[in-house]
Amino acid sequence: MNEKPEKLIDKKGLRLDGRKPEELRPVRIEVGILSNADGSAYIEHGKNKILAAAFGPKEMHPKHLSQPDRMVLRCRYHMAPFSVGERKSPAPSRREVELSKVIRESLEPAVFLEYYPRTGVDIFIEVLQADGGTRCASITAAALALADAGIPMRDLVVACAAGKIDDTLVLDLFDTEDKVGCADVPVAFMPNLNAVTLLQMDGTLSTEEFEKAVNMAIEGCRKIYEIQKEALKTKYMLIKEEEEVEEE
Amino acid sequence: MPTYFEKKQLVTPGELLAEGDYLAGNNTYAEDKKIYASRIGLANCDNKKVDVVALRSFYFPKVGDMVIGTVLEVGFSGWTVDIRAPYTALLRASDVLSRPFKPQNDELSQVLSGGDLIVAKIASYDRTHDPQLTVGEPGLGKITRGQIIRVTPSKIPRVIGRKGSMISMIKQETSCQIILGLNGVILVTGKNPDDEELAMTAIQKIENESHTSGLTDRVTKFLKEEKEKQEENKIE
Repeated sequence: MNEKPEKLIDKKGLRLDGRKPEELRPVRIEVGILSNADGSAYIEHGKNKILAAAFGPKEMHPKHLSQPDRMVLRCRYHMAPFSVGERKSPAPSRREVELSKVIRESLEPAVFLEYYPRTGVDIFIEVLQADGGTRCASITAAALALADAGIPMRDLVVACAAGKIDDTLVLDLFDTEDKVGCADVPVAFMPNLNAVTLLQMDGTLSTEEFEKAVNMAIEGCRKIYEIQKEALKTKYMLIKEEEEVEEE
Repeated sequence: MPTYFEKKQLVTPGELLAEGDYLAGNNTYAEDKKIYASRIGLANCDNKKVDVVALRSFYFPKVGDMVIGTVLEVGFSGWTVDIRAPYTALLRASDVLSRPFKPQNDELSQVLSGGDLIVAKIASYDRTHDPQLTVGEPGLGKITRGQIIRVTPSKIPRVIGRKGSMISMIKQETSCQIILGLNGVILVTGKNPDDEELAMTAIQKIENESHTSGLTDRVTKFLKEEKEKQEENKIE
């Protein structure tokens, strides 16, 4: 696991986990699984396991952080000590603080912040198991938690990454590919409004490669969006089905 | 100018609902002559107005609404009240005492203290100020008996039913008094706990099945059956 693999793509053109370059990892999403939160979602994206919970809107505490003209979104991305191979200190690291900000900013355009001035919404993201691409999976789950809390939104937000390994552009990098590969481009996207809310890159890509990678990631987002939408509908459909059985 | 949904279709935030000359109703928004949903719910189109009946929402204060709240804190000249909205409400002492309030004469915590439940109306509210409550009308004030049940605020209209058919039916069948707070809190007061219990299960049933048709009939049937069961138990 810790040894650096020589090649990330084999002779058949398959990746280390047997995927084709443009293939996503399996994604499974569930909505509304935490009863104490106003809204919640759980996502399994490959080996990533992430919980997201949303609370609010409610009065801001401390009060001086509230804004007179809009709602304030607060976000905490946190990795559990057992989420990675070596125990991770539970204290927020530089990386977690940064990701909290990045995730918050990718969700803000989707929420009608101006509807509820002087209030705040809290989002808590808990990474239970990490395997590369947690920020993207976190955004997907957090958007669902917000929708499940009944907070009015312009659109759901989906995120997916693309990157370059061994001179090939690939979709949805996992941990080893991310660390050994050449570049990683996470993209968050609002599919109905066709708007990008997060675009990052680390590593090196040529202009053409970058453009290709972004388009690939957006395609990946669209695929995950279908799963995301279904997950949200499933929660509210379940009630319906239960009744139909009852009536028979 | 098409619409992109069937009547009562389940839609998610961001779903395109209609294009062209339509009006954006509840839980929707318009951009470039396109109407999108902003909450998860059931879409409806009525006379060019596109609405989404939200399956999940929270209470938002409106002047004139009757609400049931919990007293949070006793202040210098009034109380702060939790009305299950994004904002905490204020209840002024002079409103409750119906005479000028003098801090040296009146001890506010003797009138209402933390944890007390009150039925109140929203007297004023706008974006810049927290909602203010009033209890200066008959039927409003401190709750002394009965049971409380909480439902999603968006489902209160279903509990009321068409022209109040549902709620008057439950009242009649269980001989309970029911006060509906528009913030999703319901107060049930009956002559005995059994009646209250029955009314509460009926309301719970409405909440769980609120988006199906023929609900009033089913709840009526359910109440009648339960009442028969209660009678049988008494005889035994």
